[in-house]
Amino acid sequence: MPLLEIKNLSVEFPSQHGMVRAVDGVDIMLERGEVLGIVGESGSGKSVGMLALMGLVPYPGRVRADKLQFEGRDLQTLSERERRALTGKDVAMIFQEPTTSLNPSFTIGYQLAETLHVHEGMDRKAARRRVIELLEQVGIPAPESRLSAYPHQLSGGMNQRVMIAMAIACNPKLLIADEPTTALDVTIQAQILDLLLSLQRDRGMALILITHNMGVVSDTTERVAVMYAGQIMEQRPTQSLFASPQHPYTAALLAARPEASDGGRLATIPGVVPGLSDRPPGCLFGPRCIYATPLADKVRPDLRPWMDGLIRCHYPLGDPTRDERIAADGGSAPIPERETTS
Amino acid sequence: MLRFIFTRLSLVVPTFIGITLLVFVLIRLIPGDPIETMAGERGIDALRHEQLRKEYGFDQPVLVQYGLYLSRLVHGDFGRSIVTHEPVISEFGTLFPATIELSVCAILFALCLGLPAGIIAAVRRNSIFDHGVMGVSLTGYSMPIFWWGLLLILLFSVQLGWTPVSGRIAVQYFIEPVTGFLLIDALLAGDFGAFRSALSHLVLPMIVLGTVPLAVIARMTRSAMLEVLGEDYIRTARAKGLPYFRVIAIHALRNALIPVVTVIGLQVGVLFTGAILTETIFSWPGVGKWLIEGINRRDYPVLQGGTLLIGAIIMIVNLLVDVAYGLINPRIRYTR
Amino acid sequence: MSAEVLKTPIVSQPGAPPHPLSQFWSDFKANFGAVAGLVVIVVLILLALFADVVAPHSPIVTNNAVFLKPPFWQQGGSTAYPLGTDAIGRDILSRLIYGARLSLLIGIAVVTLSVVTGTVLGLIAGFFRGVIEIVIMRLMDITLTLPSLLLAIVIVAILGPGLMNAMLAVAIVLLPHYVRIARAAVISEVSKDYVVAAKVAGAGRLRLMFKEVLPNCTAPLIVQATLGISTAILDAAALGFLGLGAQPPLPEWGTMLADAREFVLRAWWVVTLPGLAILVTVLAFNLLGDGLRDALDPKLKR
Repeated sequence: MPLLEIKNLSVEFPSQHGMVRAVDGVDIMLERGEVLGIVGESGSGKSVGMLALMGLVPYPGRVRADKLQFEGRDLQTLSERERRALTGKDVAMIFQEPTTSLNPSFTIGYQLAETLHVHEGMDRKAARRRVIELLEQVGIPAPESRLSAYPHQLSGGMNQRVMIAMAIACNPKLLIADEPTTALDVTIQAQILDLLLSLQRDRGMALILITHNMGVVSDTTERVAVMYAGQIMEQRPTQSLFASPQHPYTAALLAARPEASDGGRLATIPGVVPGLSDRPPGCLFGPRCIYATPLADKVRPDLRPWMDGLIRCHYPLGDPTRDERIAADGGSAPIPERETTS
Repeated sequence: MLRFIFTRLSLVVPTFIGITLLVFVLIRLIPGDPIETMAGERGIDALRHEQLRKEYGFDQPVLVQYGLYLSRLVHGDFGRSIVTHEPVISEFGTLFPATIELSVCAILFALCLGLPAGIIAAVRRNSIFDHGVMGVSLTGYSMPIFWWGLLLILLFSVQLGWTPVSGRIAVQYFIEPVTGFLLIDALLAGDFGAFRSALSHLVLPMIVLGTVPLAVIARMTRSAMLEVLGEDYIRTARAKGLPYFRVIAIHALRNALIPVVTVIGLQVGVLFTGAILTETIFSWPGVGKWLIEGINRRDYPVLQGGTLLIGAIIMIVNLLVDVAYGLINPRIRYTR
Repeated sequence: MSAEVLKTPIVSQPGAPPHPLSQFWSDFKANFGAVAGLVVIVVLILLALFADVVAPHSPIVTNNAVFLKPPFWQQGGSTAYPLGTDAIGRDILSRLIYGARLSLLIGIAVVTLSVVTGTVLGLIAGFFRGVIEIVIMRLMDITLTLPSLLLAIVIVAILGPGLMNAMLAVAIVLLPHYVRIARAAVISEVSKDYVVAAKVAGAGRLRLMFKEVLPNCTAPLIVQATLGISTAILDAAALGFLGLGAQPPLPEWGTMLADAREFVLRAWWVVTLPGLAILVTVLAFNLLGDGLRDALDPKLKR
């Protein structure tokens, strides 16, 4: 039994133009102790999808899924109370902005102890001991003296450590980290990532790392899901995805990394992610894809098994017949230079 | 914290001096001889007139007069009523507890209804309850309270006969003033009949005076809660798996209260405005009614001293609110 | 560069943004309360303009034959006096209609005076910083510290009771709001590049103040002015009620209430109706002001 199994998850928000989908048919399967990366540009739905898993989609969003199972338990049929007992205990989450994610009116000691009190029923003394222990584990020096500090008195990096301490307080089986380093100084980013990974290894907990940074993904994860406009475009083991990307979008993302540059100008992907209300009828990436055909503009591809993972594309890059099929569907054969845009 | 209070105090003092200057200038603007004005309509003989001119320093230059005025204020001399010849400050002191009792009850009434209404409206935004609360509170905010008082008298006193029309307590009761607050004094004396009478006299004025603050508090609480509920730390609190009630009552409310406390502080001025009207309608023997009577009798020392004292009290309350603000908002407490 | 070589992105571009005024109107229209407020105000304005035609009787002439006649639907009422008569036989409906004229006049005159003076003071404070600013702002702080009605009462007590003096007093009481808005707008605008550019281009201070900066604080001023009208009507009515505002026989709603107080026990209509008129008018302006704020303030837009 997998730790987490999500099938056909969608999150919709009402708008002036009817319901719009921020997350559209997402499938995720995660084993115990596994590290999964979810990458995508901002607005690709990667955060909202995970908020749906936590039951935290902001009003007035609506969540639907064929399957939303954690340790074989269907999260959709759990009662409010049962679900709350799970969130924060077995599934925990940390966020992008550590400083605004902590309540400014309470000391960090209070906010940490609160979790232990609610989930483990610890009394003040026991909770205090455990809080100090946790702060030590996340590398905060002189933890006793930090208990009475308010979030605004600590740096962003320290606050993110506090958030991590709070998340691991009840030994979760799954930790979701939503862009945990984006708001931090570059020098701190590596430290926080190292901390997350060492905690993951020591405790055998599964980790979902949401990021827009391909470099972070390649260093830390075992498997990657690439999201675009609310859909998963490609999901494969990290190594093979980086070695031979199958989706044109993945390939473009990889080419846009600074590391991939040959010293000239950085590659970019022309166009912008479609907004929530102006989705094309066919492949969502079609308008920005150099291989798009009239067929791809009309028919939206399904997420299907491909090589060692899943892909949502009519013409995967590793498909030996793709040139003929593109031509047959009315597309022009790609000219190689176009692939790495200048 | 002490430093915080001192900085606030240093801002308050110049404003207070400004108010004394304003009141001084305004009263000097009244046409006619100040001694004649102070003596009232009975007039005064020439000898006494000259004596008083010297005593009050009206023979001195205006700036010196202002200085003398300030020094009298410092010594607690706020002038004497022309009508009763009592010192203004002692009259004020006798009547002020009645105004405080009414105002405190009104603000408590407003808080007890306004906070929960605002919170529930925010949590159930766009529900019928939310729209209802917003509609009612805008109506309350637009209410001419002098009419509202008459309307309530018409309904509860005249039609239903539930409450007395005016005054603080029925005439047959006499309660020795200890605190000046009738509700407390009646309880201290163990006279429950008097307590009930005082309470029934208080209900309508309390509702009338509490109406505008209630509307403001409900609206402010709602919008502060709506803003706070969208904050990252509320998401964190929910991600911790806290019960929803705890998220609202502890994590959200604590932060939403910060702007609400400020608004309650600002309501003190509104309360005095309301107290003037409410006390006039219900013949409530407080400083508001006293001031209006002072104007009708052209009792300028009462107007002058009363305005100054009310200004001083409002500034003190605002200072206290600032301190309370510092207490509930750790960011202020530590950064200044 | 490559965008042209590659497929043209057909990510749909939203059409040209709607004209700000039509955007404003569509936001405003969606607000039921604001539209209702606007309708009530339009009706009131029409009533005020055509009071001479609409009102069945004179608001001042007394009729000894009809003291305290109840409204037509009650025992003893007649349709000649649809809302009854007051203690000296004047038609309540006619007095209410003429009262609308008076109240709207009070609201608009007071707010105009206050907005113009306040904006000028605020612009001066914002532009000339230093001592001038301190003096102006301190004065405004003092005005704000004292309860508005108390200050108005003190002013009227000195100037003497009467409608004109009451209006002047209310205008002074409202002043600080506009001074603050204008000054805040100046201070936030003068540091912006376009003002610097205008300065470099040699624009004079006056020109800067009125042509460059003022248009940028019109939205909050309009909103505050609308809400100010309701405050002005309410405060002037309160002064009238206390006998310090409009004097009888002027059909000012607050003054009418003051006259009616002693008849609370005998004639509910002389007490109820003028107050209802005040409430409805004030509520309409508050609804309109709230609607304008929501439609004009982009920060509050969803």
